[in-house]
Amino acid sequence: MPRNVNILQKIDWLTIGLYLFLVVFGWITIYAASYNFEDTQYLDFSTNHGKQLIWIACAFVVALVVMMVDSKFYNNVAYVFYALMMLLLVLTIFIAPDIKGSHSWLRIGSFQIQPAEFAKYATLLCLAKFMSSYQFSLDNKRNFLISLGIIFLPALIIIAQSETGSALVFVSLLLVLFREGMNGIFLVLGVLVVLFFILVLRYNNLPGAAESPEIYGFIITFIIALVVAIVFVHLYTRDKLCVRMMLGVYALCLLSGVALHYFYPSILYTHIAFATMGITIVLLFARMYMIRRKTYFLVALFLMGTIGLALTADYVFNNVLAPHQQVRIKIVLGLEEDPQGAGYNVRQSQIAIGSGGVLGKGYLNGTQTKLSYVPEQDTDFVFCTIGEERGFLGSVLFIAVYAFFMIRLIFLAERQRSAFTRIYGYGLVSIFLFHFFINLGMVTGITPVIGIPLPFISYGGSSLWGFTIMLFTFIRLDANRMEVLQHT
Amino acid sequence: MQYKRKHQDSQSRQIVMVLLVLLVALLFVVRLFTLQVLDDSFKESADSNAFIKKTLYPSRGLIYDRYGNLMVSNQPIYDVMLVMREMVDFDTLAFCNAMNITRAEFDVRLDEIKNRRKNPGYSRYTPQVFASQITYEEYGELQEKLFRFPGVLVQQRVARKYTLPCGALQIGSLGEASQKQIDADAYYKRGDHIGQSGLEKQYENYLRGTKGEEILMRDVHGRIKGKYNDGANDVAPIPGKNLTLSLDMELQAYGEKLMQGKMGSIVAIEPETGEILAMVSAPSFDPELLVGRQRSANYATLAADTTKPLFNRPVMAQYPPGSTFKLVQALIMQQENIFDRNTLFPCKNGYYYTKTRKLGCHHHKSPIDLPTSIETSCNAYYCYGLRRMFDERLDKYGSIQGAYNVWRDYVFDMGFGDELGIDYPGEKGGVVYRSQTYDKIYGKRGWKSATIISIAIGQGELLSTPLQIANLAALIANKGYYYTPHLVKKVGDDLVDKTYRTPHKVDIDEKYFDVAIEGMHRVVKKGTARYGKIPGIEFCGKTGTAQNPHGEDHSIFMAFAPKDNPKIAISVYVENSGFGATWAVPIASLMIEKYLNREIDPSRLQIEKNMMEKSFY
Repeated sequence: MPRNVNILQKIDWLTIGLYLFLVVFGWITIYAASYNFEDTQYLDFSTNHGKQLIWIACAFVVALVVMMVDSKFYNNVAYVFYALMMLLLVLTIFIAPDIKGSHSWLRIGSFQIQPAEFAKYATLLCLAKFMSSYQFSLDNKRNFLISLGIIFLPALIIIAQSETGSALVFVSLLLVLFREGMNGIFLVLGVLVVLFFILVLRYNNLPGAAESPEIYGFIITFIIALVVAIVFVHLYTRDKLCVRMMLGVYALCLLSGVALHYFYPSILYTHIAFATMGITIVLLFARMYMIRRKTYFLVALFLMGTIGLALTADYVFNNVLAPHQQVRIKIVLGLEEDPQGAGYNVRQSQIAIGSGGVLGKGYLNGTQTKLSYVPEQDTDFVFCTIGEERGFLGSVLFIAVYAFFMIRLIFLAERQRSAFTRIYGYGLVSIFLFHFFINLGMVTGITPVIGIPLPFISYGGSSLWGFTIMLFTFIRLDANRMEVLQHT
Repeated sequence: MQYKRKHQDSQSRQIVMVLLVLLVALLFVVRLFTLQVLDDSFKESADSNAFIKKTLYPSRGLIYDRYGNLMVSNQPIYDVMLVMREMVDFDTLAFCNAMNITRAEFDVRLDEIKNRRKNPGYSRYTPQVFASQITYEEYGELQEKLFRFPGVLVQQRVARKYTLPCGALQIGSLGEASQKQIDADAYYKRGDHIGQSGLEKQYENYLRGTKGEEILMRDVHGRIKGKYNDGANDVAPIPGKNLTLSLDMELQAYGEKLMQGKMGSIVAIEPETGEILAMVSAPSFDPELLVGRQRSANYATLAADTTKPLFNRPVMAQYPPGSTFKLVQALIMQQENIFDRNTLFPCKNGYYYTKTRKLGCHHHKSPIDLPTSIETSCNAYYCYGLRRMFDERLDKYGSIQGAYNVWRDYVFDMGFGDELGIDYPGEKGGVVYRSQTYDKIYGKRGWKSATIISIAIGQGELLSTPLQIANLAALIANKGYYYTPHLVKKVGDDLVDKTYRTPHKVDIDEKYFDVAIEGMHRVVKKGTARYGKIPGIEFCGKTGTAQNPHGEDHSIFMAFAPKDNPKIAISVYVENSGFGATWAVPIASLMIEKYLNREIDPSRLQIEKNMMEKSFY
C-alpha cells in the first residue's frame, strides 16, 4: 500500500489536469457542434454529444486501468504488442467493410474501432524499446534503418487500408529520431523537398503561367537551392574560396543572363537558371577533385536532386496522388477554387472561423456550425465551433493551452532517467504536434484536407481512447521515473 | 567531455522541439488573426449563409372621409416567391396546377426572372417574385400544397380595398416601385408597392409606415430553423398613419354619378376652411381596377381611353374661365374705383371696340348697373370697365402696362395664374399673360384695351382650372379671403400642414364682395341659373361658357350656398355641353342640395335622373 501512495504523489497532476481540461472542453465543444436550435436536449445518448459522454466515461476507466498496470509491463510487451498490432492491421485490410473506399474500421457488435489509432501506440512502445536497447546508436546504420522500419511499416499497411491521413502521422516520429541524435540535415532536407515540391507545383501551374514561356516554379526553386548550397558549403567545409567562387558563378550567370535575355529574347531566365545549376554542379565536382572531400559531392548531389525533383514534381503529383488528394492540394495552393465541391469544407470552415471575429459569437450561437454549413463539424472540423463561438481570443487561448500541454510533455520526457520513457514521451509529443498541426492547418486552410482528428477534442471513441491510453501510459511511466535504471 | 557534448547536443535538440511547438502555435495565431481579425468578409458570408431576412410589411395607413367613414382599407394579397437554389426535385407540373397556370407560362415567367436585364436583382439565393398579388382564394389553393414545393415562399402583403367605387383619381393607386424610385429611396426594394398617384403618392411617407424585419435562420439544406436569437433582433413593422380626408365620401360618389357619361369636373370646397368636399373628375372609374394582378392591363386600357379618365381635370385641365371671370373683374374694378355698384353702362347687343368691330352680347335691357351686369352676364359692361382702367386712367397708372400689372396682381391675388398649392401631385396653374408678353407680341405701344378685350369676359389669353374657379367661389363666399384648398384634414392625429390653415387675405374691401354677391344671388333668383333653384336654400352663382375651338363649348357654373353663412362653394364644368345653364347649373345645385340637406327634394328627382342619364360622348 505505501507504494501506491508513493505513485499518487509522483503522478504529474498538471498533465492530468490539462488532459481533463481538454476532454471537458472537447465535450462542451461537441455539444455546441451537434447542438440544434430546435432540439435542446442535454442528455440524449443517441446524439453525438450524448455518446461522447459515454466514450469519455470509458476513457476514464481505461486511464485508470493503464495507471494500475506495472510500468515495466509496457517495456516488456512492446515487441509482442507491435507484432500483434501489425497483424491486426493487415487483417483489417481484408475483413473491414468498405467505408468510403477505406478499409480501416473493425466492427465489433455495434461498436466500430479503428486499429490504426492503436497502431500508433504499439509503434511508440516498440520504437521506444528498440531505441533504448543497450548500445543502440543512430550512427549505426543498421539501427537507424530498423528504427525507420519500425516507423514506416505500420504507415505502409495503413496506406494499403486507404487511410493516407492516419499513415502520414507516422512521419512525425522522425522527430523522435532527431531528438535521439539523427542529423538535423535530414529534417532540413525533408522540409526542402516539401517546399520545392510546393513551389514547383504552385508556380508552374498558376493560372496565366502558361502564357509566359518562363517556368517560374523552376526559377524560384533553383534560386533557393543555390542559396542553400552556399550555406551548406560554408557550414560544412568553411571553404571560403569555394563560397567566393560559387558567388562569382552566380553573379556571372545573372549578369550574362540578363544581357543575353536582352539581346536574344529567346534565351529565357529559365535556361539561365538551369545553366547556373549546371555550372555550380561542375564547380563542386571540380572542387571535390581538388580537395578530396565528399561534402562537395553531397552538395552537388543536392543540386542534382533538386533538378530531378523539379522535373518530376508535376508527374508525381498527377500520377502518384489520388485525384481527391490532388484537388485538396490544389485548393490549399490556391490553384483551384471549388466552393461548391471539393473546396466546400474548407471554404465553409474558414467562414465559420472567420465570422467569429475577435470575441466570437458566444457559446451555442455559432450559426455556421449550428446550421450544418460545416461538414464533419464535431469530428475533424471541430475547431470551427471554437473559432466561431469563441472568436480570436478564445481560439488563441485554446492554442496556448494545447501548446502548453505539448511543451509540458516535452518537459516530462526530458526529466526521465529511462531512455525508454523519454523516447516514448517524444513520440507522444510528435504525434500530438502532427495532429494539432494538420488538423488546425486543414480547418484554417493552410494545409490540405487530411482527415485526422484533433486529439481529445474531436468526437469519436477510438481516437479518444487511443490518445488516452498513450498519454496515461506516459504518465504512468513518468510516475515511475525514479525507480528505473538509467540506460544512457 | 564526450558526455558533456552529448548533453549539450540533446539540450539544443530539446529546445528545437519546444521551438517547433511554439512555431506551430504561432503560425495558427497569425493565421487566425488574418481570418478572424483582419478579414471581415467572412462575417457577411456567414450571415448570408445562415440568415434569411424576411421583410415584415407594415399595414398601410387607412383613409377616412371627413366624417370618419372608412374610404380605403387593406386586404391581404400574396406574392409567390421562388428561391432558385432551393428548387431541387421540384414538381413543376404540380406547382403549375396549384397556381392555375400552364407549363409554358411557368417557363416564360422563369426566363423573365432569370433575365438579368429585366430583373437586375436576380440571385439564385434570394427569393424572387414569381407571381405577385394573388388573391386570398388563390393563395388558399396553393397553401395546402406549399410543403411539397421546396424553394417556394409566400409573402403576405396588403392591397387596397375601397368602401365605395369613387375617388379613384383623388385617392390614387399603388404600384410596384420603379427602378428610379428604388434608386431614389433606399426604403424601397424590388417588388415593393409605392403610392404612384394621387393622395397615395402625396402622403406616401406617412401612409407607408416603417417596414419591419424578421431574421430567420436556415440550415445548409435551406430549411428554416426558427428565428434568430429568439426574435430579439427582429424589428416590428410600424403601421402607416391614417389619413382623414376633407372629402365627403357620399358627396364624392354622388358627384361621380351625376357626371357619368360626361367629361368635366366638380370641385366643392368648404369656404371657411378650404377643405375640399368633393373633387370629381369625369369620366371616373372604379379604383379597384388598379388593384391586384390586373392593374397593368387595366391601366393600359384607361390610358388609351380617348375620354382620358386618368386625366384629373379639376386640377389639371385648363379652360378659359368664361363669364365666371366677370366677378373677378367686378371686384378689381370696384376696388380700383373704375366703376361702382351704381355705375351704368349701355349695351347694344354688344360692345364696339372699334367703329366696326363688336364683341357681341345677348339681348337685355340697357343701360345697366353692376349687379344687373352680373345677373345678365353682360359682356359690354366689363369691356367698358377694362377700357376705363387700361386706356383712360393714365393719370393713375402711367401706362397700359402699369394698369395691366395692377390688374394682374389682383388676379394672382385671387388664386389665378400660379398653382394654388393643393396637397395633390400634378396640380396645374392657369395662364394670365405678363404685360411683357403683350409688349413682345404687339410692341410696347402697340396694344390697348381693345387689343386684349376678350380677357374682360374671361376669354382670350386666360386659362384657369376648375379648382381655381371653385376657390374663387369660396373667396367670394368668405368676402375677401380663402384657405388653400386641400384634400386632407388630418394625418394620423395631426392636423394638416399649417399652410393649409392660414387664410389668404385678398386686397379687396368686403363691401365690394357684397355687390358681387348681390349679383350672383340674382343670377340664381332670376338670371341665367334660375333653373337651379333649390327649395328652401338661397344661394348665389354665376354661369359661364368656356369657348372651345375644338367643338361644342364647355358649360361652367360656380356657386356658393347658402347665401348667408356659406357652407359650400362649388365649380362645375361639363365639357362640350354648350351653354352653362343647361348642365352645369342643375348638377351644381343638386350637389349643393345633397351636401346641405343630405337628400334631394322629390320635386327635383326628375332633374337628377336626367342629369345622371345624359351623356356627351
